[in-house]
Formats: sequence, C-alpha cells, structure tokens
Amino acid sequence: MEDAVLSRHEQNNNNNLWLGVCAILLGLVLWEVIAAGIIKNPFILPAPTDVFSAFLELLQKGRLLLDFEASLIHFAIGIIAALLVGIPVGIVMGWSRRSDAFLDPVIEILRPIPPLAWIPFAIIWFGLTSHSAGFVIFIGAVFPIIINTYSGFRSVPRIFVEAGKMLGCTKTRDLIRYIAFPAALPSVAAGIRIATGVGWMCLVAAELFGVSNNGLGMALWFYYNLHQMDYVVVYMILLGLTGLFFDMIFRYYIDRHFLKWRIGEVA
Amino acid sequence: MGKLEIRDLNQSFPRDDGSRLVVLDHLSFEVKDKEFVCILGSSGCGKTTLLRLIAGLDEAQAGSIFLDGEEMKGQNPKIGMVFQEYSLFPWRTVIDNIAFGLEMKGINKEERYHIAGQYLDLVNLSQFRNSYPSELSGGMRQRVAVARALALDPVLLLMDEPFGALDAQTRNMLQKELLDIREETKKTIVFITHSVDEAVFMSDRIIVLTPRPGRISRIFEVMLPRPRERTSVEFAQVRREVLDLINQNSSIQ
Repeated sequence: MEDAVLSRHEQNNNNNLWLGVCAILLGLVLWEVIAAGIIKNPFILPAPTDVFSAFLELLQKGRLLLDFEASLIHFAIGIIAALLVGIPVGIVMGWSRRSDAFLDPVIEILRPIPPLAWIPFAIIWFGLTSHSAGFVIFIGAVFPIIINTYSGFRSVPRIFVEAGKMLGCTKTRDLIRYIAFPAALPSVAAGIRIATGVGWMCLVAAELFGVSNNGLGMALWFYYNLHQMDYVVVYMILLGLTGLFFDMIFRYYIDRHFLKWRIGEVA
Repeated sequence: MGKLEIRDLNQSFPRDDGSRLVVLDHLSFEVKDKEFVCILGSSGCGKTTLLRLIAGLDEAQAGSIFLDGEEMKGQNPKIGMVFQEYSLFPWRTVIDNIAFGLEMKGINKEERYHIAGQYLDLVNLSQFRNSYPSELSGGMRQRVAVARALALDPVLLLMDEPFGALDAQTRNMLQKELLDIREETKKTIVFITHSVDEAVFMSDRIIVLTPRPGRISRIFEVMLPRPRERTSVEFAQVRREVLDLINQNSSIQ
C-alpha cells in the first residue's frame, strides 16, 4: 500500500518534470517561429538558432570564460563583504535591544536607497575597479542579510536560551554560538538566499559603468553597442542560468546539509 | 548530597495599576537529600515562579535558597531542570542534546558520547541516538530532556510539569520510568504538577500551595509503600484528602 502511494508520488514528480521540459521546448519553438517566421529581423529578435550559433562563436573566441570569471569575482567581493558585515550587525541587533535601538534608525534610512544610486560614490571611492562593482552588489546584498539575521535572532525561543543556561552555557558568546545562532540559522540562510538574488540583479548595472573589460554585464552592453543582439541574448541567458544555479545551491545543498533537522518540523 | 532549603522567599510583579501582585509570600520549606517532593497547586499559584527561582533563572525579591548549605545565586550545574515545554535543541541529534552540558564543560567528544550514551540507555532510547527531536513523540522528547538534565550529574533535579502535555497512558508510563531512574540515580527531585494523582503516585511529600499569594497550605507525608497502586483503597484515601484541601483552598478564593 505504502509502496503504491510512494510510486504514485514519484510518478507525479516525473510527470511534473516532463511538463516543465515541454513548456521550455514549446517556448523555444514559439520563439523560433516568431523570430524566424514573422519578425525576420535578428536585430529586433534573434532566433534561438542564431543565439545558439552565437554561443558557439563566443566559446571559440574564448571570451565567455573571462566574462564569467570577472563577474564571479565582482559577485564574490560583494557577497562576502555583505556576509562579513551583515551577519555580525544582524546578530548584535538581534541580541541586544540597545544596539537595536542604536543601529535601527541608520539602517532604516540607508536601506531604501536603491543600490544603483550608490554607483557614483562607488566610482569615487573605489575607482573603476572590481571593488566598486563589488560595492554596489554589497549594498544590494547586505540589507536582506542584516534583516533576516536580526529577525532570526529575535525569534529564538526563550526556552532554548534558558535550557542552555541550565546546562552550563552561560556566557553571552557561548549562548550566541551554541544556542541562538543554530536556532536562527534557517532565517539567516533565507536572508543569504535573498541576498544572492538581489546581488546578482545588481551585477549587470554594477558592471555597466566599465569597471573592467570583462564581465557578463559588461559584455552584454558591449555587444549591444555593436548591435549584435544574438550575443546579447547569450549573455542574458547565462545571467539567468547562473542566478538560477545560485538559488539551486540553496534549495538543495544548504537546506539538506545544514538544515536537515527542519525537515520533520516543516512538513 | 542534595538538601534544599528555601528561606522566606518573596516574589511579586508590578501590576498595571501600580500595585504589586504578590506571587510568593514568605515561603519557607526544606527538601531532604534524595527526597521526592511535589509542589502542588492550581494554575497561578506561583509553582513555576518558585521553580524558576530555585533554578536561578529569575531572582527573588527577598529570601534565600541553599543547596547543601551553599547559597544559590544564578544558574548552578548542581541543579538540573526539565521544562514543561519541549526544550530540546531541534538542530541537535538526541545524543548531541544529551551531551550538550558535557560539551559546555569542555569534555572531549569520545568521553561525552560515552557518558551521554549511558543516560540514553537509562531512558531506553538507544535506538534513537542519531534522530532529531522532530522525529520523536512527545513522550520520547521529555525522556531525552530528562537524560539531558541528568547527564551533568546534578544533585537536584527540578521538573516543571514535565508530563503535562502528554496523554494519560504515556504520562503514567513516564511516571513509572522516572521513579525507576530516581531509584538508580538517587537524585533529590522537586516536581511541579497540578495533578493530584501524579503527586500522590510519585512523592515522598506533597507541598500544597494556595493560589495568590502562594503560601504553603499544608504538607502531606505520603506514607504509601512503593511501588504504588493507583487503584488501591489507601491511594484513593490520600488522593481524596489532598483533593479536599485543594477544593477548600479554591472555594475560599
């Protein structure tokens, strides 16, 4: 009986997977028909086949990997800085009401400023370097990390802290490390996940102002100026797929390995 | 050893209208070494407040608490506690929950797993060693909580209605198990409950508190031989006596 239920469940999953693949294929066919059959102008809408051959050309030129590398460096600078700043600030604000009262107004004023509005100062402070692109990504990523770490720490059940105290975990540093942080980890992880999404969105704009000769966003703009729209689409798709890949890391790897204990709780 | 002395304990909380709600009013009593004492009273009589004071989780306004002659201030590893709600750390496996206190003491991994394993055996949950709390039933969780509190080898075990959320059968089973554990580990136990049945089944003495302000209404010595039979006439008699007193107390209110 249980086996039957299980296999039906799996079958459903398989069916759903196929449905998804069908939608993608259908989309590609529609795109090809519209682009090659109706519009017939690769500047306005390059067809999937054009994009695919553009992709092969770019691979041959050896440019793609360089762009990829440059973007990942920008992204890594921004995200790592956001983690190094966001998590400690979130912890301090979540743990102590006084620091919350002290820091909250500043953060609430800075937070609504769109990350792209920081570009002028990014250039002034860091020049046309990878760090200035990283800085814009940092601005986009740091606030979700702060807010989620903060709210994770705020909602640590008091009973865990008290149980810890009764078991000899009495120093603030130990209570944060052994009780509050693991209890808040699901929320912290959710914040990092949002942050990678926002950070990745800031990437293209952060690269547009010419911090280096390479980068996915930089190349996208470069080929637009050359009016090679099939190349532009290649970069758009790569940006999308990479963003998806980061999200998948969270959905599958981080959740399964670090938040294993929640599986039973959520279901 | 594990002799607990409560002297002249006072606790009150501010009320919205500026007056103070007196929760514990000059409370004094003693618990002998290896004694099992139940604190019994209806909800709101300050049972939990009292236990939190003994545990060092709150500070009393006045009065003092001594354990083996030493005045208690703040949490002390000599005192273990089992909470009413589920207090296991959900991100740690059963064995890591039990070993938590040992880890805080800086005991190495091999040794603390060895000790924790013994307490896991004591509560009969060896096969759930690597499970997470979310995979356990309510009764099992509280058994792990007992093992976790015992792993630091406290002299005094405080229990705040630990079986309150469980169904009747599980509850009876855990009561028996707790008595066996006590037989084996020889701890002094202060157990809070609002169930007369539970108190009569387990205790050497029952301290009945009056509600608001919490004062000692009466202390019963339960002389029934162990193991006790809930269905025996003597059991019913003691139970009735305690129940009558509690009913009286609440009708005065």
